[in-house]
Amino acid sequence: MSARDIAVLAELHQEKIAPITYELLGCARALAEAAGGDVVAFLLGGHVEALAGQLAAADRIITVEDPALAGFSPEPYLNVLENLLQTETPRVVLLGSTTIGLDLASLVGARIQAPVVTGCTRLQLAGEQLTVLSHLYAGKMCAEVEVTRLPAICVMLPGSYRERKEGGRGQVEVRPCEAPLPAGAVTFEKMIFPEAGDIDITQQDILVAVGRGIKQQENIELAEELAEALGGAVCASRPVVDQGWLPTTRQVGKSGMTVKPKCYLALGISGAPEHQEGMKNSHLIVAINSDPKAPIYDIAHYGAVVDLMDLAPVLTEKLKARKNV
Amino acid sequence: MKISVVIRQVPDLIEPLTINSTGTWIDYEEAMFLVNEYDDHALEQALLLKEAHGGTVTAVALDFGDVEETLYAAAAKGVDRIIKIPYTGEKSPSPLEAAPLFAPVIASTSPDLVLVGVQSYEELQGTFAPYLAHALKLPYAGLIQGVEAAGEGFVRAYKEFPGAAKALLRVQLPAVLGILSASKPPRYVPISRVRAAMKEAHFEEQEGPLGEPAPGIHVKRLFYPEVSGRAEILEGSEEDIAAKIIQIFEEKGVIS
Repeated sequence: MSARDIAVLAELHQEKIAPITYELLGCARALAEAAGGDVVAFLLGGHVEALAGQLAAADRIITVEDPALAGFSPEPYLNVLENLLQTETPRVVLLGSTTIGLDLASLVGARIQAPVVTGCTRLQLAGEQLTVLSHLYAGKMCAEVEVTRLPAICVMLPGSYRERKEGGRGQVEVRPCEAPLPAGAVTFEKMIFPEAGDIDITQQDILVAVGRGIKQQENIELAEELAEALGGAVCASRPVVDQGWLPTTRQVGKSGMTVKPKCYLALGISGAPEHQEGMKNSHLIVAINSDPKAPIYDIAHYGAVVDLMDLAPVLTEKLKARKNV
Repeated sequence: MKISVVIRQVPDLIEPLTINSTGTWIDYEEAMFLVNEYDDHALEQALLLKEAHGGTVTAVALDFGDVEETLYAAAAKGVDRIIKIPYTGEKSPSPLEAAPLFAPVIASTSPDLVLVGVQSYEELQGTFAPYLAHALKLPYAGLIQGVEAAGEGFVRAYKEFPGAAKALLRVQLPAVLGILSASKPPRYVPISRVRAAMKEAHFEEQEGPLGEPAPGIHVKRLFYPEVSGRAEILEGSEEDIAAKIIQIFEEKGVIS
């Protein structure tokens, strides 16, 4: 590896390569094609060598296996990543804005004293200068950031780059750990999956989604009535679930489910990047939000800048009346 | 268990954000402030742990924005001790600048557990929670959705994963946890109790050194996202809009 290379931390979810990994590889390939260098993927886990062939968009794939890497806990991953960055000296390191990437980016940045930029959506590399576009303020602002000290660690928002699954040399290099990794003070015990029994929102054709604009728990009923009239189900963005108004099985977005229904009717959802991640591929998106600058309108097909509390009952009544004709 | 909680203020996104005269950050003169949502969850988690297992909760806050209102509410909720860190900067400090400000003050409370919101939507140059853990030389895990005591010197923490899954982590104390959400929603505190706290609460003050800005990072400009204009906006009364939505649903085969 040389100081011109672009490194990607591959992520696993339920023992499979997580989709964000292919987006990171898409970004890395674009940078390497424009500014030179190899794309190098770091693949860490308990047993990962068999998965390395799926990262053919990278020129090199470095695998590190250890029992302490079998489930994610920050310390062992941090130690391996720090070691890899010091020996491989890439000029840009890409991590996902995910439960793993957000834990590691600033920790490793602090250890190797590298700049860290979060919320990245677009990267441009020219020589030793990296230009980054980032989202902040829940997608209501963008920043153009110049990074003049490399290596830089960039935390990429999901959906920013197209996935790449090939195009690299795909050489696999197994990097053994010299000694078993210490577990650290934070240890992974087990994964807990949501209990079955509730509606599976990933299988619904029509979803009525509620966000902060629903204001109170009692108002969820408006969405439920509307969903019933449409023959769909109610789901929500994270703040509504955090309030305990709907179960986690109904949550759409980074923390919840990824859905692709025939119709996604978003009520009072601003459309923060974390929410968009879970629903942007819906076939038809209709957004109701009183804020005309809400980012949800960037991805919705149709929108109405009105108060959902005024519109939802009218829409429900019209749908019911239509059925009764 | 001695728990310290970080409290930060952020601009309220309900109000329109304006960009400052240099074009490089928002104009705080125009902003309304509220507590960082994730810090509010961190505070709630601390109070839940205290109520279940005893101990003390110390809130450590940067004196920025309308922090006193938030701290009076924290006192009304049951926080035992409140420490304000003086700060005169015009903009909120970046994560790397803030970590050295908070670290010595938090260290002085000798906490078993430090709870801090996992992120704030103002963060651009890394995230504060892991930088704070690094400055305190304590282990860290973030995107935590609930914390429980797990015997002397340990807690169990539930870490977010996609698909509403969670990883169960066993955490040896002392440690820093980046909170995404508390085990229960943040509690409502009646205004009468906040008013009482305004008369009775005592805020201590402790200083910390402002950290250096992130190396090699320069915000060239801040701008509003370009609206793609992809959404076709439906105009008219609620009746008109509802009729148009139904027509779209019919045309797209959503309803028959």
